[in-house]
Amino acid sequence: MTVYDDVVCPFCGCCCDDLRIEVEENRITKIENACVLGRAKFEVYRVDRHTSPVGLQDGVPRPIKLEDAVDWVAETLVKSRYPLLYGWSSTSCEAIKLGIELAEEVGGVCDNTTTVCHGPTIQGVHDVGEVAATLGTVRHRADLVVYWGCNPVHAHPKHMARYTIFPRGRFVRGRSERRLVVVDPRRTDTARLADVFVQIQSGSDYEVISALRMAVRNEEIEADAVGGVPVERIEELADLMMGCRFGILFFGLGLTMSDGKNRNIDAAISLVRDLNARTKFLIMPMRGHFNVSGANIVSTWQTGYPFAVDFSRGYPYYNPGETSAVDLLARGDCDSVLVVASDPVANFPRAAARNLVGVPLAVIDSHISATSTCACVTIPSAFVGIEASGTTYRMDGVPLPLRKVVDPPEGVRTDEEILSAILRRVRELKRGG
Amino acid sequence: MAIKVVLLSGRSIGQGRGKEAGKESQLYAEAATSCELDRSDLESLGVQPGANVRVATPSGSVILVARRSAHPHPGIAFIPYGPWANALVDQATDGTGMPSFKGIDAEISPAPNERVLSLRELISASCGGR
Repeated sequence: MTVYDDVVCPFCGCCCDDLRIEVEENRITKIENACVLGRAKFEVYRVDRHTSPVGLQDGVPRPIKLEDAVDWVAETLVKSRYPLLYGWSSTSCEAIKLGIELAEEVGGVCDNTTTVCHGPTIQGVHDVGEVAATLGTVRHRADLVVYWGCNPVHAHPKHMARYTIFPRGRFVRGRSERRLVVVDPRRTDTARLADVFVQIQSGSDYEVISALRMAVRNEEIEADAVGGVPVERIEELADLMMGCRFGILFFGLGLTMSDGKNRNIDAAISLVRDLNARTKFLIMPMRGHFNVSGANIVSTWQTGYPFAVDFSRGYPYYNPGETSAVDLLARGDCDSVLVVASDPVANFPRAAARNLVGVPLAVIDSHISATSTCACVTIPSAFVGIEASGTTYRMDGVPLPLRKVVDPPEGVRTDEEILSAILRRVRELKRGG
Repeated sequence: MAIKVVLLSGRSIGQGRGKEAGKESQLYAEAATSCELDRSDLESLGVQPGANVRVATPSGSVILVARRSAHPHPGIAFIPYGPWANALVDQATDGTGMPSFKGIDAEISPAPNERVLSLRELISASCGGR
């Protein structure tokens, strides 16, 4: 039996690095310290997968050789006028770097799942900057934690236990010395734990944040209520935020996916900036997939842009709304798509998904997904963080090493190996090989 | 009778566990085909939890299973992320790259004689096959 301590969890952006995994004869036999989501991944990862590449032959999916699958993907990308290479947030930084290189080589667009999670957050940060810190700072210092438009009990189950509300920090001793505020249109399971819950009307985040900014700046709010919240309650919340010693505003897709989108983020960051005239306050997005932050970071240090990077001009070009995956598919611009470690057929609006299925589509994924069931070619890969090592970035931008604790099934390669093979073949074809 | 609601899609722990079990697993289908409604909205609809309902927006309509929300949120329908919810989402991004997955005006009506499509049936109906 082999015991692996301090394993980094490859599920959500918390990247909890305290898992203990026991392995016997290449099988995981015990999982300790994981939340229900991390545990689910380690427990059942073997079940839902292909162990051989699959290609459509006369409309029927059949096993094919890896070399043939790699050839098909490379030839399709080289022939394409404007391919989309999409996904990336559930693989390693090393694989993402190769994906960007591949997109540049074929003159395509490289977009990651940020485009449908915190893309508007990044646009907000472009506009007004960000007051950031690591989760370690929050754990040791925060005496006020606000969760706005997010539900960590369901989406990031150990976030409160490891980083924010419950841990004993160096300067703040646990739950009794911290206040928890939740703002959401629904009374979520996270809201049930809150000291203060503010239930706002769906889609009124911008108005409520703006009213809070007015209260922080001691301006009169000429209304009885904003977003369904009485003005007195908004003023109480502003007083609570100004009165803390060290506050943090965590926000989720409730802000980015609702009316206002990037402007909601502008407003939230501006609120935090205003609060810093009174006390110390930070802001941080609740990132979803375990390496979606890494996808942004690698893309930025490779190309200058965090997502939706278009190489068709021969240099990196970035314009969300134009070069972002959903918009490209909505317009029917792409003539082939390579999906890596993602499931856009399940996660995109139906009309965009329909256009994805309408062009030559290849998938590299460890799971069988809704997208892989529609693909011309699927190449199964090793689960990063279980069967393959690599680097991931936690939601606060801290890089962590993902561990390989078991071997993948025979013949199943890592994303890095598969992408390297495709890149090599693309270069051969471009040289006339 | 039909009721008008605001539709929010989002993460749920069942959907998170289900996607690891597999997109074609029972666990995933049960999570992603549920439509959580407030007790008062269920009463207005005249349906019991577990009954099938039709959820319709200008972008499409799907049959889902009505569930009673654990906590009150009158006027809001919550559907976990997935292809069933996304059949109801407009692909317009307002120039941001991000569709509006939350805050969609929707109409819900009882659908006692209709069934919930499986993942493959839904994709085939929505996207066509190859």
